[in-house]
Parts: sequence; structure tokens; C-alpha cells
Amino acid sequence: MSLEKFKDRNVGVQNYTLIEHEPFPQSGGEKFARVMKRMLKGELFVGLWVTIRTMGKTLFGDDLHTVKYPLEKLPISPRYRAIHDMLRLLESGHYRCIGCGLCEKICISDCIKMDTRYDENQRKEVSEYTINFGRCIFCGYCAEVCPELAIVHGPRYETSSEQRASFSLFEDMLTPIDAIKQQKEYPGFGAVSPNADENIKKTPLAY
Amino acid sequence: MDALIIETVIKAIVVLAVISALAGFGTYLERKVLAFMQRRLGPMHVGPYGLLQILADGIKLFTKEDIVPQHANRFIFMIAPAITAATAFIALAAVPLFPEFTIFGYTIRPIIADLNVGILFILGAMASGLYGPLLAGMAQANKWGLIGSARTAILFLSYEVVTGLSILAPIMLVGSLSLIDFNNAQMGGVGEWLVWQQPVAFVLFLIAGFAETNRTPFDLLEHEAEVISGYATEYSGMRWGMFFIGEYANMITIAFIASLVFFGGFNPLGVLPGFLAIILKVSFFFFLMLWVRASWPHVRPDQLMWLCWKVLMPIAIINILVTGVVVMI
Repeated sequence: MSLEKFKDRNVGVQNYTLIEHEPFPQSGGEKFARVMKRMLKGELFVGLWVTIRTMGKTLFGDDLHTVKYPLEKLPISPRYRAIHDMLRLLESGHYRCIGCGLCEKICISDCIKMDTRYDENQRKEVSEYTINFGRCIFCGYCAEVCPELAIVHGPRYETSSEQRASFSLFEDMLTPIDAIKQQKEYPGFGAVSPNADENIKKTPLAY
Repeated sequence: MDALIIETVIKAIVVLAVISALAGFGTYLERKVLAFMQRRLGPMHVGPYGLLQILADGIKLFTKEDIVPQHANRFIFMIAPAITAATAFIALAAVPLFPEFTIFGYTIRPIIADLNVGILFILGAMASGLYGPLLAGMAQANKWGLIGSARTAILFLSYEVVTGLSILAPIMLVGSLSLIDFNNAQMGGVGEWLVWQQPVAFVLFLIAGFAETNRTPFDLLEHEAEVISGYATEYSGMRWGMFFIGEYANMITIAFIASLVFFGGFNPLGVLPGFLAIILKVSFFFFLMLWVRASWPHVRPDQLMWLCWKVLMPIAIINILVTGVVVMI
């Protein structure tokens, strides 16, 4: 619809669709006929039947819409961006982070702080890594920029805590070493999509 | 004489205690039934299946601050809820609740006062319950309360007419105003229930009963969207709770009258003993009120008046005329 047509306020010119309804009763007799028709139609009992059927389904048919929240949880989207997770390499159990510092650089709310040093094998290790969740806006840039898929957004959305620090240390977010078997390759935000190969296109320069 | 007084006092206390407990339990049932009809669970956390929710609500109501608004008429404001609750229980005095039973060799008739004008007394007591909402609304210096109480007045006054006229036809058939006589007139089993002879009167009585207990199709006294809480707007704590208990006691009374007058009362029903039969009947009518609340929308005030004066009252009068002619023949 073009803007001119949208702005046209001359009622009656546009293509209005009138709702069809029965003609209104004019005389007293017609009104009486309508009352009798409505009274004997049994629509009220249809209403009663609908609610009693719903009650039966709720009680005996497991057709319940209540989720008992702290005990049950609804599945959330894999792309949900909640508290970060730090993943480990499955082979060695070492954390994936290579200390490149890209997440710290790209963080638009400036909440990631990291420090690195060389360990005894002259390999970079993360000596300090904190995320200030008072500032984090969960934009997902850190997960997107990470070249090793080491930092991802996890599904932990219950972020109330007595202390802000409860989530923000590297060790808290890192997969526990004894739970490494349960670590899933993250399908969510920042990860490569399953059909990534199909989506690859040649750049214009390659033609 | 002393024995009679002691017996009556004990009966009154038992009825008061049991019915107010049942009124509390009724709120739990209502919340549960409405929840199931809306695919919810209702109260679940306090006690098993939320059964102790009533207790928690009771503690809340008793410990809440009792606020009297600034420009309210203090005395009337404070006494109005008591009128509603008291008249609801006074009405129950003339209702025969169960068949006679013997305990410790002493025959007890579970009716506080066997009046020969029982049904007239009940209707009168329930009608005087009008003063509770009316005085409450007028005393509280709140326009919502005033509108709510005005609506209550027109509703009660109109539907009293229908209640009285609709129950007149069964009275003519039985020839007595005592509810025990009503019960005894239907001793012969399901076939002798008055509802088969007076279906129209039953439907009219049920509609009017819904209106008198402020149940949903006619609950326009407490439409939240229109008049906040009607006459109960300024009430808090146990004073509000007394309105509530009165309303639920009235529901139980109406359910008892409907079962006694039209559905055979506490006569044994097949293999069912009498007391179980009437409990089932009363429970059904109580459930019907909750069921209707979940199913139907409410009506506008003008539709309510239209329904009362232009539809129900003429039908009731025609019903009385037809019954009278049939009785004479």
C-alpha cells in the first residue's frame, strides 16, 4: 500500500469490507422472535459443555498449561543469550580459550576484563578473566568473535544471586572437568550453523 | 425446656462453625474448579494440593489492618458486614439440613427452628441481608461503593419478586411453608420430585437464586472493571471476609432450598442414605454455581432488569396461574 493511499482519510472511498450480520429487529414481534430464538438455541449449554470438557481434559487427560516453574522449566531456544559458558577441548580437557583478547576488545559495554601470561611451556594461559554482569548487555558479540568457540552464551537465565561475582569468574563459567563428557558442542549463538557449508558463497573477487 | 435450649444452642453453634468452615472451603473449591476449567492447577503450594490455603487466607484476613475511611460513617461502616454474615446464618436456622438421627440414644432433628413458615422465614432473612451491602455502600464515602450498593439494591429487590413468585407454585402444590413438609411430600423416590411437576418454577428459582447470591451471570455488584469491588471497595481484613462468608453461606442456603423443594430433599435415594443424598445434591448445586461462573459472561444492569421484569416475572405469574387452575381441577 502506498503512503498516499494510507493517508487518505475520506471514509467510504476506500475498500472497506462491511461485517455481515442479521438484520436488526424492527418491530416488537421481531424482537420477541429473536428473544425466543436465542433462548431456545441452547447456546448456554454449549458454553457449559466446553468448560466441563476442559475440566475433564485437565484432570484426566494431562492437558494442563501450568508449568510449575522452579520444578519444571520450559525449553529455551538454543540461540538464547544468557550467562556465558566457557568450553573445554574434549580431547585434552584443557580450556579452549587461547587468550587472544578479541572478546575483551569487541565488548561494547566494556565488561570483560582478561589478563594473560606465558606458562612454563611458553603457551599463553589466561591468568585472570572476569565478566562484569552488572554491565553486560548480553549482546553476544564476544561469542560471535571468538575464533575458538571458547566463550558461548549458555542457557542459565536465572541470574539472581547474592553476589554479582557469583557468575563472573572464569572458573565459575568453565565446564567442570568431571562434567566434560556432558559438554555439548554449542549449537547456539556465535556457533557455526549446521548448514554452514551450503551457505558459503564465493566473494565477488573470485569470479 | 432446658434440654431444648441447650440442644438448640449446640445446634446453632455447630451450624455456625461448620457452615463458616464450609464457606472457607468453598473459596478453595471455587479456585480449584475455576482453575481446572481454565487448564490451570489453582492453589498448590500451601499444604497437600493447596488444601491449607484456606488457613493461610484466614490468617491473612484476621491479621490485616482494619481500616475505616476518613469520611465514612464509622458505626454503620463497621456493623454492615455483620448484617450480611448474620442474616445469611439466620436464614440457615429454618433449613432442615439432614434427616433425623439418633446419637447416644437421643434423637436429634438437624434443624435449629422447625418453623411452620420456614420457607417464608428463609426468604425474608435472605432478603434482609440486602441491608448489609446497602448500608456498607452508603456509609463508606466512596462513589464506587455507592454505585455498587445501588446496584445491589435494585438487584435484590427485583429478584426477590421472582424468587417469591417462583416458589409459590410448589407451595401451592404441597400446601405448606415448612421445608420438612416439602421433604415429606417427595418421599416416594425420584418420580415424586417436584421438579417434574414444576420445571419452570425450578428454572426461575435457580436464576433468581444466582442473582440473590451475586453469582456470575448477575454479579454486577462487584464488577472490577466497572465499580472496583462495589460495596466492598473500602473494606479490608475480616470485615471484607464477613461479606465473603455471608455470600458463600447464602450459596449453601440456596443450594439447600433448591434440593429440598425441587429435588426430593433428604429422602433416601435408592441405596444412598438420606444425608448422603442431600450432600450430593447440595454439592451439585454448589458446583453448578462455580461451573456457570467459568462458562458464562455476565449481563449488563439494564439487561438484568429487562430479564427480571419483562421475562422472568411474567413467566412466574403464568406458572402460578396454570398451577392454580390445575390444582383447582
